[in-house]
Amino acid sequence: MALALVVDDSRVVRKFSRRIVEGFGFKVEEAENGEQALEKCRDQMPDVILLDWNMPIMDGISFLKKVRKEPDGAHPRIVFCTTENTFDAIGAAINAGADEYIMKPFDETILKGKLEDVGVLDLPVGA
Amino acid sequence: MTAAFRDFCSFLHANSGLVIDGEKKYLVESKMRPILSEYKLADLNALVAELKRGTNTKLIDAVVQTMTINETFFFRDRQPFDKFKDVIVPDLVKKRTPGKTLRIWSAACSSGQEPYSLLILLDQMRSLLGTRKFEIVATDLSNSVLDKAKEGKYSQFEVQRGLSTPLLLKYFQQIGDRWQVKAEYRSQINFKQFNLLNPLMGMGRFDIVFCRNVLIYFDAKTKGEILRKIRSVMADDGYLLLGASETVVGISSDFLPDGDHKLLLRCQGQAGTRERATESPALGRSSVVDNMVKHLREPRPGAPAARPLASAKRPLQPSASALAAARLK
Ligand SMILES: C[S@@+](CC[C@H](N)C(=O)[O-])C[C@H]1O[C@@H](n2cnc3c(N)ncnc32)[C@H](O)[C@@H]1O
Ligand SMILES: [Mg+2]
Repeated sequence: MALALVVDDSRVVRKFSRRIVEGFGFKVEEAENGEQALEKCRDQMPDVILLDWNMPIMDGISFLKKVRKEPDGAHPRIVFCTTENTFDAIGAAINAGADEYIMKPFDETILKGKLEDVGVLDLPVGA
Repeated sequence: MTAAFRDFCSFLHANSGLVIDGEKKYLVESKMRPILSEYKLADLNALVAELKRGTNTKLIDAVVQTMTINETFFFRDRQPFDKFKDVIVPDLVKKRTPGKTLRIWSAACSSGQEPYSLLILLDQMRSLLGTRKFEIVATDLSNSVLDKAKEGKYSQFEVQRGLSTPLLLKYFQQIGDRWQVKAEYRSQINFKQFNLLNPLMGMGRFDIVFCRNVLIYFDAKTKGEILRKIRSVMADDGYLLLGASETVVGISSDFLPDGDHKLLLRCQGQAGTRERATESPALGRSSVVDNMVKHLREPRPGAPAARPLASAKRPLQPSASALAAARLK
C-alpha cells in the first residue's frame, strides 16, 4: 500500500486531507511541522507528501530543501498545500523541488487531479 | 405539464436545442425567478407571452443563457487531450505538408478552458509542427461565457481544476486573486458567437473538432443534424471528439470510432457523397443502426472489422462508468 505523509500544523487540515487520501487508498502518516516530517521520512520514505508552507519549528520550504538531500529524497512526489498563493511563492516552491502546488482552499477534485498529475494515482479509465 | 411550461420548453428547444425533462418544471421556475423579477413579469405565463412576441432579444438571451449549463474545466477528462497530443496531431502532421495550417474548432467552448487547453498543447508541440501553422476557432451560443473566454481570466479554484502548476506559471499571469491567460496566447484563439442549430457558413474546413458535453442536451434528431453539419465542414481524414458520456452510436453514420482509439471519431464518406447525405431526411434510430451495421460489413481499408462491430453493439446508453463519472462532476 502506498504511503502518504500529511504535513500541516493545523489538526483540522490534517484530518481533512487524511480522509481524502485514505479514500484514494493510501496509508497515511501525519506530521505537524517540517522537523517531525523529516524524522518520519528518515524512518520510512513516503510515496507522496502533502506539505503546508507556514508551520512553526521548520516550515515547508525548508523541509522540502532538506528532504530532497536525503538518500531516498528524490522518491516522494511532493505537493504543496498552502494559503501562500502568489506567483513568486509558487515559482520558488517548484524551483526548490516541489512536484505540484495546491492553493488553499482545495477540495477532493483538485487534490485528486494533482495526484494524478504527479503520477501517484491511477488515471481514470475511459472509453 | 402546464401549457406555459410546455411553451417554455418548445421555445428553448427552438432557440438553443436544449431539451428539458417534463419533470423539471420546478427547476425552470427557480432558475427563471431572477429574470421574472428583473423584467417585472408576474409568472411563467407572462414570461412565455413575452418570449413569443420575439421582440425582446435581451430577454431571450437571458433566458437561454440561464438555462444552458456552462460547466467546464481545463483538460477535462484528460484522455481526449492526451489523444490530441499523442495521436491526432502527430498523424495530421504526417498528412499535411509543411506550411499548411491545422484548423481546430472548439464547438461549444463555454468560458474557454477547452480551447486554451488545446492551445497550450499545440504551443508545446511547436517543434513537431515545424513550419505548419495552426488556427483555433472557439464558438459558443452564450455571449456571456464568450466574454469570459476572451478575457481569459479565471479564479484560483478554476485554474486548479485540470491545469498543472508548471503550465499555470508558463501561460498565466496573476492579477489580484485571479489568473489571466497571457495576452500573447489569448490573441491566438479566434472566439465567435455561434449557435450549433444555425447553418454553418464561412467557417472553412476543420481538421479537428472538439464538440464536447453539449450534444447531451439535445434530442436524438438534433444531435444527428448537428453531427451531419459538423461532418460537412471537416476534412475527410479529420477527427471529432465528443464528451465522455456522448456517442455517435445510434445517432449518426457520419462518424465511426477509430479502430485503435475508440475515443476518436473518424469521418465517414467523402466530400462528394456528402451533399446527397445532407438531403436525405433525418434517419430514425433503427435505420441508422441498420445503415451502420451494413457499413461496417463492408471492409474499410486499414480497420479490422471486429473492433467497430464490437463498438456497434455497445449499448445506446452511456456506460455505467461514464454515468458515474458524470455524477461525480
Ligand atoms: C457543459 S458546456 C461544455 C464546455 C466544454 N466543451 C467542455 O466540454 O467542458 C456546454 C456549452 O454548450 C453551450 N451551448 C448550449 N447550446 C448551444 C448551442 N445550441 N450552440 C452552441 N453552443 C451551445 C453552452 O452555452 C455551454 O457553454
Ligand atoms: Mg500552516
